[in-house]
Amino acid sequence: MSTIVLLTVTGLGLAALYFLVASGLSLIFGLMGVLNFAHGAFLTVGAYGTWWAAGHLPGAGSTGWSFVLAVVFGVAVGTAVAALVELALIRPLYERHIEQVLVTVGLSLAMVALVRAIWGADARPFPRPEWAQRTTSLLGANVPNDRFLLIGTAVVVLVAVLVLLRSTRIGLVIRAGVENRTMVTALGIDVRKAFTLVFAVGGAFAALAGSLGGVYLGSISPGQGTSLLIFAFIVVVIGGMSSITGTAVAAVLVGLVQQYANYYAASGVGDLSVVLLLAVVLLTRPSGLSAKVA
Amino acid sequence: MRSVPIGRFAPLVILVVLAVLPYSTLQVPVLFDGLLNSPGTLQLLALCLLFGGLALSYDLLFGFTGLLSFGHALYFAGGTYVANLALTELGWGLGAALLLTTAVGTVLPLLVGSVALRVSGIAFSMVTLATAQVGSILVLQDPGGYTGGEEGLALDRGQVPDAFVGVFNTVNLYWLALVYLTVVYVVVSWVTRSRAGRVWQAIRENERRVEVLGLRPYTFKLLVFVLAGLLAALGGVVHLLVLGGSTPRTTTSEFTLSLLVMVVLGGAGSRWGAVLGGVLYTYLDSRLTDLASSPAVQDLPEWLRVPLSEPLFLLGSLFVVVVFFVPGGIAGLVDRLRSRRRRGEDDGPAPGRVVEQLKDRVGAGMSGPRDGI
Repeated sequence: MSTIVLLTVTGLGLAALYFLVASGLSLIFGLMGVLNFAHGAFLTVGAYGTWWAAGHLPGAGSTGWSFVLAVVFGVAVGTAVAALVELALIRPLYERHIEQVLVTVGLSLAMVALVRAIWGADARPFPRPEWAQRTTSLLGANVPNDRFLLIGTAVVVLVAVLVLLRSTRIGLVIRAGVENRTMVTALGIDVRKAFTLVFAVGGAFAALAGSLGGVYLGSISPGQGTSLLIFAFIVVVIGGMSSITGTAVAAVLVGLVQQYANYYAASGVGDLSVVLLLAVVLLTRPSGLSAKVA
Repeated sequence: MRSVPIGRFAPLVILVVLAVLPYSTLQVPVLFDGLLNSPGTLQLLALCLLFGGLALSYDLLFGFTGLLSFGHALYFAGGTYVANLALTELGWGLGAALLLTTAVGTVLPLLVGSVALRVSGIAFSMVTLATAQVGSILVLQDPGGYTGGEEGLALDRGQVPDAFVGVFNTVNLYWLALVYLTVVYVVVSWVTRSRAGRVWQAIRENERRVEVLGLRPYTFKLLVFVLAGLLAALGGVVHLLVLGGSTPRTTTSEFTLSLLVMVVLGGAGSRWGAVLGGVLYTYLDSRLTDLASSPAVQDLPEWLRVPLSEPLFLLGSLFVVVVFFVPGGIAGLVDRLRSRRRRGEDDGPAPGRVVEQLKDRVGAGMSGPRDGI
């Protein structure tokens, strides 16, 4: 029983990480039609921003509120980089989707390489708050606290995004833009402001995922974002490309399948079964889980 | 092309020049470190030619058919690992290993393609990306100690013909890579002019119209997917012989992305453009790595030295610049210059402008549920 609890909570923690990355991807894709390969780089930037702040920024550190400050700094850097990328590189290529994807591919290579050039290719130990290193007893299992941190953050983010989308004006614009962008533009609304916002918000979530991923894994390395990104892509596709709730469900599914299979079969089988899951979903419901049955 | 008769013979002339290149003892001061026929230079040139061919096989998918696959590395890596296992573990000869690789290189893309091509647009890209990730995980997990994990897998040279072993025989590896490039070029030239090739290009332009004409795009797409995969797998064998082993680097998604960079750099949808892109990328990658460790760069102030020490940073940035300012890559640029010289003649869209033509189609598939991706 305790194993199952531990596996489930860990799987949900992983799902939270996937959701944080995939929600931004899915928002960007849904609204702008851009598959953002640079998203993994935003994650890396956020993780290194937090790591740097914990060591250098006055007032920031690895305990309590000073750690929160470090995370805020990392997220701010990630958000700024994402907004800058949208304004400087994505916007000029408006409506040219393939070129936008190519630019994000180039960026993902260049940004990760730059981080590697500055801080080296080796993994760096990440500052973990003491609370996250302890465990909590849950139904007889000793669950590391960082899992709860991840799950809690993801739930807060999910609720925040849903509130933003459902009950604010900008959320209305985004939802309408996902549905039919041309019509929104024709009604005289500047969708491009929503583009920048969505990119910045996505970057913030990715950076947050980078920081929390650092806490979860205990270390950070430049390539981490890219490997997480592939699973986030899978989550986005399974979730139906542009639905936030679909993405959340898919993240939970992928996280749990991966954890259980990795434990009960063999290490690595979990990753493979996720790919299998993708194939099955695409073959049975080509538009993803959230698609309405026509 | 009729107005430029030299154009038709240019590939042949270049082939002859490349074939006799190892006989020259020319010293090219800045471009290469040693003499042209020194083993180091020849190995670099062999890699350049090999990746030229590999980029061309990717161009067949991306540039000619409009299939944005993110999993081409799988077949290349499959080629090196299968051939390596056959030679080193099973102790087969090179011919038998080549046959096995050909079989695997046909069946693997057939399996993956038959699933992946059921969806189109971005979903197709994602399925190929995910399957390639399976290859990467498999190799890194090192099941049964067969793949060597992160260390890679050294080649047992006892099974390889003596002509391909040793520093002295690097020239044979160079010729082998040249043969590979030539074979790929001839095959691609031939198939893109064949009936199937016309259908591929029609699929790139407008898949629905092909369907309306009564053809099944699925079959044609599967055909090009398998052909490109097979050519990549054979390239993997050449890579194995040139490097003397298999490296897990070839399985990563970064490797596929670099193939995409090569093709876009040279000009998607252009044969010589893709080859040139592959050659240039490989050359720059290698030379920039050397440059990073050279004293000239080490003495630079830190803000300049740090970015220069990562070739991938420079190549990635160069790629972004090319996408922005030179759409169509090198081939597109040359084509525009040429058409400016003889104004008035209209030969349709330039070969390198494929990326732009693709945008409507993939864009339509990307922009939401209406297209049913």
